[in-house]
Amino acid sequence: MTALSSPAARRARLREAGVTAVLALVIAALAVLGLAVGKASVSPPEVFSAVIGRADAMTRFVIMELRMPRMLTALLAGACLGLSGALLQSVLRNPLASPDVIGVTNSASAAGVVGLVVFGLSGFALTGAVLGGTLAATAALYLLSWRRAAHQLVIVGIGISALCTCVVSYVFTRSDIRDAQDALVWINGSLGRAGWDTSLTLAVCAAVLLPVALCHGSRLAVLELGDDPAAALGVKVDRTRTLLLGLAAALAAVAVAVVGPLPFVALVSAPIARRVTGTGSLALLPSALIGAALLLASDLVAQFTIPGVLLPAGVVTGVVGAPYLLWLLVRPGPHRV
Amino acid sequence: MPVLPVTRGTPDPAAPGAPTGAAPRRRRIGPLAAGLLALAAALVAVCVLSLAVGANALPFGTVWQALTHYDPANPHHLIVVEKRLPRTLVGITVGLGLAVAGVVMQGLTRNPLADPGLLGVNAGASLAVVVALSVFGVQGNAYLWFAFAGTTLVTVAVYGVAGAAGRGGATPVTLVLAGAAVTAALTSVVTAILLTDQAALDQMRFWQVGALTARDFTVFWQTLPGIAAGFVLAFAASRGLNGLAMGEEVARSLGQKVGLVRGFAALSVVLLCGSATAAAGPISFAGLIVAHLAARIAGPDHRWSIPYAALAGPVLLVGCDVLGRIVVRPGELQVGVVVAAVGAPLLVVLIRMRGKGRR
Repeated sequence: MTALSSPAARRARLREAGVTAVLALVIAALAVLGLAVGKASVSPPEVFSAVIGRADAMTRFVIMELRMPRMLTALLAGACLGLSGALLQSVLRNPLASPDVIGVTNSASAAGVVGLVVFGLSGFALTGAVLGGTLAATAALYLLSWRRAAHQLVIVGIGISALCTCVVSYVFTRSDIRDAQDALVWINGSLGRAGWDTSLTLAVCAAVLLPVALCHGSRLAVLELGDDPAAALGVKVDRTRTLLLGLAAALAAVAVAVVGPLPFVALVSAPIARRVTGTGSLALLPSALIGAALLLASDLVAQFTIPGVLLPAGVVTGVVGAPYLLWLLVRPGPHRV
Repeated sequence: MPVLPVTRGTPDPAAPGAPTGAAPRRRRIGPLAAGLLALAAALVAVCVLSLAVGANALPFGTVWQALTHYDPANPHHLIVVEKRLPRTLVGITVGLGLAVAGVVMQGLTRNPLADPGLLGVNAGASLAVVVALSVFGVQGNAYLWFAFAGTTLVTVAVYGVAGAAGRGGATPVTLVLAGAAVTAALTSVVTAILLTDQAALDQMRFWQVGALTARDFTVFWQTLPGIAAGFVLAFAASRGLNGLAMGEEVARSLGQKVGLVRGFAALSVVLLCGSATAAAGPISFAGLIVAHLAARIAGPDHRWSIPYAALAGPVLLVGCDVLGRIVVRPGELQVGVVVAAVGAPLLVVLIRMRGKGRR
């Protein structure tokens, strides 16, 4: 971060702070909305009194046991995914890079489906299995592309992800049709299973990973200049890149382990953040916030668009993400991927 | 958005084994033809195995008898002729289709990582099949035509993306990333439809994995015309592909009709991929593996590498199918799973070899 004192830089920082504040407000509004609406509608003042423990038992149960964990899970998972995508796209220098593409989410699908269908896991055990599987796949990905350029890591990731897809398909053919359908719901990223246990797991992991990742923002900005300039500026390029890739994978793994492989949240958050902050540079905190807002909004839309049908949030993020992706692929201009 | 392309340090995106600056080693016709004969022998061996091996292993004598003196009253003969023979024939056509499509795709896009599975073509076929099963309630084998249509659409789209970026040169990585992203998008639509339709999921899951199980003669006869036509077109375009490997301008200055070659090649990819995927479901990596092996053995000349692929593809696919029937007897591992298990490590090896010393 050079020339902190220049007026332009100050304006940019001011704008970023403003955007962050607005995003925080949007998230708060979405969160209250998420707590208030549902089969049993609760007014915002009642939500507040339920949170501080003064509402009647029924309202408290609905808010604190049913909706609060779901809301928190969406918030944290979205933030993790958004940040993970931002880190990956920046480190791999490709707007198409995201945990969806390089195999992190697919390995989570495979681990989750095997856990769900073959071993009948649920709750904590399932989360643990998915986390383990995803981290193992990420470690494999990293070791296999050891000392290779970033684009090779992407290809290896795509290979791993194709393999994982096959595992999922195979398990589907071997399982009971009801199990397969359960697994399919999970695969598409659903918040339906969210409870206090899942949101606490997520909170603990996020509390460790988010600050570390956010602290590395400045080094990431230097890394975006290119390997040689970054090295000249005193950044240990390889080590930083490894660390950041690991962080990105871990963030995605944690989120996916809880909510299942939600498509596209990680892919779209960072570019949106870049655009709204308008600095053209990487905006980690806004990316995380946009991820959270996206997931909260998608979950609301998924719950209430078709009355009586609880769609998984992943269907909504998929429908939103796909057109963006196509635009990314066909748009003209020098920034074409 | 300061997006830097990933081309830094990217090795030359030319087709595998494209003529290098140094004088390419002249390949003799004799050894190459001998190699083709050896491959043909291997194919015969694999096919015999495929007829004999399975939940109910049969001696070769019985297989021979079933083929020469077919007796419908004999259950062993029934297994061989009604079950394993069509399955093997479908395996041959599918293997040929995927492999030749892989070679042509790699030549056409000048991209060593082109593969019907990796470029998102399979996902297009999946989406079409899901729509056929769920929305149109298609019965029986009719979904094959939808798979064909889906494959065609996505092939054209991917080709469009590759072509649009072609002036500046779409790097191999960009194309594969685009394929992965398209796959992710289409897959999420597929899942959304399947979630609301259990019956479709029940049918879909057995096609989705990529299998030769329970394919009968109807499937074979439906697949054959497309594959045959695609193969003929591919072979007809092979000289032109050789020219394209040197770059569009060079090819044009050598007097080649570049547009015509591209059209022929693209049409053959559509026919080959479409028929193969329709018959066996989405199978990734088969095209990639075989195209690489063919280029490695037969060299850069498509007039040789296409016949090599046409023989090696069936050997791979039927071989993997046999392997799948052996490893988890008496059940079976679908051929798509086996091919991916073989192919994914190979992709990693290829990528690591390409990166060596060129970082």
